[in-house]
Amino acid sequence: MALWEVFVRARGGLHHAHVGSIHADDAEMALENARDVFTRRGEAASLWVVPSTAIVASDPADADELFEPAMDKDFRHPTYFEVPDGVANL
Amino acid sequence: MSPTSEATAQAPSVATVADGCLLLSHRLTEWVGNAPTMEEDVAVGNIALDLLGQARGLLGMLGDEDQLAYFRDADTFDNPALCAAPNGDFARTMLRQLFADSWLGQVWAGWTTHDDDVVRGVAEKAVKENAYHRRHSRAWVVRLGDGTEESHLRMLTALDELWPLTTEIAMPGWRESVADALVEATLPVPSPAALDAEALASCAEARRELLAEMQSLARTHPGATW
Repeated sequence: MALWEVFVRARGGLHHAHVGSIHADDAEMALENARDVFTRRGEAASLWVVPSTAIVASDPADADELFEPAMDKDFRHPTYFEVPDGVANL
Repeated sequence: MSPTSEATAQAPSVATVADGCLLLSHRLTEWVGNAPTMEEDVAVGNIALDLLGQARGLLGMLGDEDQLAYFRDADTFDNPALCAAPNGDFARTMLRQLFADSWLGQVWAGWTTHDDDVVRGVAEKAVKENAYHRRHSRAWVVRLGDGTEESHLRMLTALDELWPLTTEIAMPGWRESVADALVEATLPVPSPAALDAEALASCAEARRELLAEMQSLARTHPGATW
């Protein structure tokens, strides 16, 4: 059986987040298996399943050139901003 | 009325549905740890727990749920024979499930306007659970029926074995509600089943064996908790 990646949206307004993977023969079975394995405790308002073969992954060997340059640029972090009261999900 | 006339199963009593859900739930739990895939293991477990919840809601209304489930003798259970029929292979289990889900779907839909608050409450919750159960079992019946030569053959065998057990659940509209799935699964849609005392009796024996296992813990250790 093929591997599928599962993304769950916890509630309206949030983005779908990757939660894991499941096996299934077709899209319908993938959605049902994802529902059964990852949403048993009321975690989801919406589900995505994506064939794992559709994922394009970065090469760990490229980590230095891809990610290292971001390490010392703290001005990119939003720590200099005051977050107004009452802003949810930030 | 000729034997091939439209099915005439009556709307069931609360006790019949409670016992049917309870024993069907137990049958499904027999797959836990043995299902074809890990994902399906979780799926049948989920469905079994939903059915158990439905059974508990109704049994609690009829008396003490533990007494009724664990200390009643087999012959006093009032479930449709189909619900206690042995699992067989996965094809047979899923076909049995589709038959039962379609029956329960009709029952719950009718009971959402029941006079009794408890029955109505159980039914309102069960309608959504049942819709998913039926979606799951229907998908498997179609997938296996219209699958490989082997899976098709197994579905045909399951249909032969289970169809005679549908006389008790084939309320008006039931056969139509499973016919579209059977057609999509490239399986025949048999004429309404005739009463088959032998088939029903074999399920009574299977029910005794099921209960011997299901009730053994509670009877060996009355009042045990964890």
